[in-house]
Parts: sequence; structure tokens; C-alpha cells
Amino acid sequence: MFPQFFFGYCALMIVASGLLAISLRNPVHCVLMVLVLFFHMAGLYLTLNAEFLAAVQIIVYAGAILVLYLFVLFLVSLREELHLTAFVPNAWLGRIIATGLAVGLIATIPAFTLGEKGVWTVDAIRQVTHTKALGQELFATYLLPFEIAGLILLVALIGGLVLARRDQGGGESDSASGGTAGDAGPEPVADCREVGR
Amino acid sequence: MDILLMLLWIVILFAVVMLHVAYATYFERKIIGHMQVRLGPMRVGWHGLLQPIADGIKSFFKEDIVPENADRPTFLAAPIICLVAMLTSLAVLPFAKGWVLADIDIGLLFVFAMSSLASYGVVLAGWSSNSKYSFLGGMRSMAQVISYEISMGLSLVGVMLLAGSLNLSEIVEAQGDRFLGMYLMPQCIGFFVFFISMLAETNRVPFDLPEAETELVSGYSTEYSGMRYAIFFMAEYIGMMVMASIATICFLGGWNGPFPVPFFPPLWFVLKIYLFMFLFIWIRATLPRYRYDQLMGLGWKVLIPMALANIVLTACLKAILD
Repeated sequence: MFPQFFFGYCALMIVASGLLAISLRNPVHCVLMVLVLFFHMAGLYLTLNAEFLAAVQIIVYAGAILVLYLFVLFLVSLREELHLTAFVPNAWLGRIIATGLAVGLIATIPAFTLGEKGVWTVDAIRQVTHTKALGQELFATYLLPFEIAGLILLVALIGGLVLARRDQGGGESDSASGGTAGDAGPEPVADCREVGR
Repeated sequence: MDILLMLLWIVILFAVVMLHVAYATYFERKIIGHMQVRLGPMRVGWHGLLQPIADGIKSFFKEDIVPENADRPTFLAAPIICLVAMLTSLAVLPFAKGWVLADIDIGLLFVFAMSSLASYGVVLAGWSSNSKYSFLGGMRSMAQVISYEISMGLSLVGVMLLAGSLNLSEIVEAQGDRFLGMYLMPQCIGFFVFFISMLAETNRVPFDLPEAETELVSGYSTEYSGMRYAIFFMAEYIGMMVMASIATICFLGGWNGPFPVPFFPPLWFVLKIYLFMFLFIWIRATLPRYRYDQLMGLGWKVLIPMALANIVLTACLKAILD
């Protein structure tokens, strides 16, 4: 009885906070709603005996990524700079498209079939603890995908670093790294600072 | 019946911790007073012993002011987020063998998750106050906590490797009750990194830039008054206590001591926590504040590489010795 109730509560809160996150006017409040959403996602992981995932969900998503979003939101002046041009010009057209997408998604639900049961049953995971089971699977069975994911993240990291360094170099890098790259660099920075004011 | 018993334990823990917080402020004022050749609080009660209670009553009855242009719901919620996050991490701390409210397998990660949630309270307090001092304090705190949380997490990976568990009780038991079993010795690099990160994570001197009086008035709590200000204060002291407990559990062998104490098993644990609390206060009375770029440089260029090296070293040694 309690697990079903807990799942229902989490699911309801996820939907509600997700809706609020896209409909509230103040972007900081939206980020807070996403924070609530992440907490209830972590709650759902707990019902699946995945306590490590639940903790990492909060530490990484809530503790690091969302804080960086807040950082960005604080740097822009919320009332003046955040005017988005609508992707779909007419509001009612947008609503119709959204309803159509929702109907399409709901229509695919009956196609859902349960997968085969794996090696890790609930009892097996409880015996060795979830953290250990996850570690063994990740670093033994799925080592290659794990390393590939790590490599992709490293590429993104180096890419970010290169972009940041080029902006910082300013005049010096113009002569060193060729005109086109150097010219493209400083301009976005000038834009960012305007936004900051 | 079980639920009632659990509630009773929670109430007892809450009361004890709140009393601890009140008297930690007294402890701090007295120690700093004596270090500066003053007496500290002396008027209320014998040697000022009732001072914390007088302070509590005073802040409880003061007016709760909300600035006119503040973001009201966020402003009101921020201190509560701080306090709740800190109080929640108390649930997983083992004060003695079996003296723990929730003996969960990911205890250490849970404490990290809660401490990262507490930083939201500080940031939101800074933003919602709509004051430049508060805002700068909140931003500083956010950057500092994110940076030092990484080095703190990495410094504890060595402990996790040695103990083979994230459960706090199991980490204590893995250290055994011998003096040399404490992870302080094999994990001296980890302890060094952890101790410095602990000071930064709790916003204490020499890393108290978020509330640097000389430049930011009182940082993120500038616009708060009365009970809400006191809640921030409580959260800070509970945070100190939680961090001191983690240090005790992971490096000083938790509740184990030279000999078991009858009737009150957590005695050694409490003494070790107070050792750390004294260190916090001693450092506050001794050291000047860091500059902001020095703080970031220390975190990213010294502590994180050291913690990473410690992980590699510990893993290699463990692989060889096993």
C-alpha cells in the first residue's frame, strides 16, 4: 500500500512541478520548480531500490547543474533581456500541435511490453547493495560504453576550454591563430557583457 | 508502536542538537574571548551560562522584517531550506553502535546531497533579498560551495575505498577499535584535503567570504532579522556539527575510544566532535581571511589534484596489499 501511495505522490508532484516550471513567470522560480522535480525523481529511484542513483541525482543535478543554471539566470537582468520570440507564431496553433503530440505519445503506451528479467533481481541487489551492483555492471560488463561516454565528456570539456581561452586571448590570439577564428571570438563576449548590464 | 518510538528518538535528537547549537555559540564566544584576553559573556547567569537562552528568547520575539522589494515566498523559504537540509543529514549519523535513526547504505552520499541542498538556501536568501550585499554574499557562497564540494567528495573516496562501503556505521566498524586502525594515518592526504574543504563548506574563517563583514556587511543574511536570522545561525552551527561528525566517522574512528564507556556509549564521539568544534573556533580566532581568487586557486589547483592523487595512491596500495 505504502509504495503505491509514495509512487502516486511522486508522479503527481513531478507532473505538477514540471507544469509549473514551464508556466511560472519568474525564471528563478522555474528553476526552483525543477529542483522540486529532481527531488521527486530521486524519490522514484528509491522505490526502485536504486539508492545510489537517487543520491547522485540530487548531488549532480540539484547540487551542481541546477546551481549553474541559477548562476546564469542571476547574470542576466530578468525583466529586460529575457524576451523570446515565439517558435510558433499563433498561440492556438501551438496548443493544437502540443495536444497532437500528447495524443501521439499516449497512443504509443499500449505498445509497451515488459522486458526480460535480468540477473539482478530485487533480492540480489539488496544482498550486495545497489552501489556495488552498479559498479560491477558499469566497470565490467559495460566498460566500453562507459569509456566512450567519458571520452565524449572530455571532448566537450576541452572544447569549452578552447572557446574560453580564445575569448580571453583577445588581440594576441588574432595574429597567432589566424584572422577568422580570432575575429569570431571577441564578439560574443562583448554581447555577454551588454546582457550583464 | 515503531513509528511512535522513532518519533520519540527524532524529538530527543532534535532537542539535544538544538541545545548543542545554543551552547556552541556560548563555547565559541567564551573561547574567542579568552584567546583575546577578555572574559566573554559574564552577565547572564553564572559566567554567562544562560546567555544562549537569553539570545534565543530575544531573537524569537524580535520583529520579522521582510524588505519591500524582496521576492516574498523565496525570502521566507530560504532559511527554512537551509535548516531542514542540515537537520535531515543528522538522521544518518551513527552516534554510537546502533544509535542511528536511519542506517542507510548510502549514508555518506546522503550527507553530501543534503549539504548541496543547503547551499540553495544561502543562494536564494542572497537573491531574494534584493540587496547588493546579500546578492554578492550568496553568489560567493554558491561558487565556494560548488568548488569545495568536489574536493571534499574526492577526499572521501579514499575512505570509501578502504572501508568498501558508503554506510557510515560500516565505515566506523572497518576502522576497528585500535588506535592505528583510524583512517587518519593511512588517509593523511585525504584528511588534510577534507579538513580544509570542511572549513570552506561551512563558510568558516579563513573562508568566510560569503559573510565578510568588512566588505559585505553580513553577506546573504544582511536583510534577515529576528527568528529567520537565528535560523540561518542554527543551520550554520548544525552544519559545523555535521561536518565534524563526518570527519570523526571517516577519519577518527567514530564512537570507538581507548575503553568502552558504560551507560553513555556516544561519549568518545561527542568528545571528538568537540575537538573539531574547538579547532573551528581556534582557527577563527587565529587566521585572517583569504582573498577570493586565492580561495578559488587553492580549491581547484591544490586540493582537487591532491585528492585525485590520493585516490590513485590508495587504490594502487590497496590492490598491491590485498
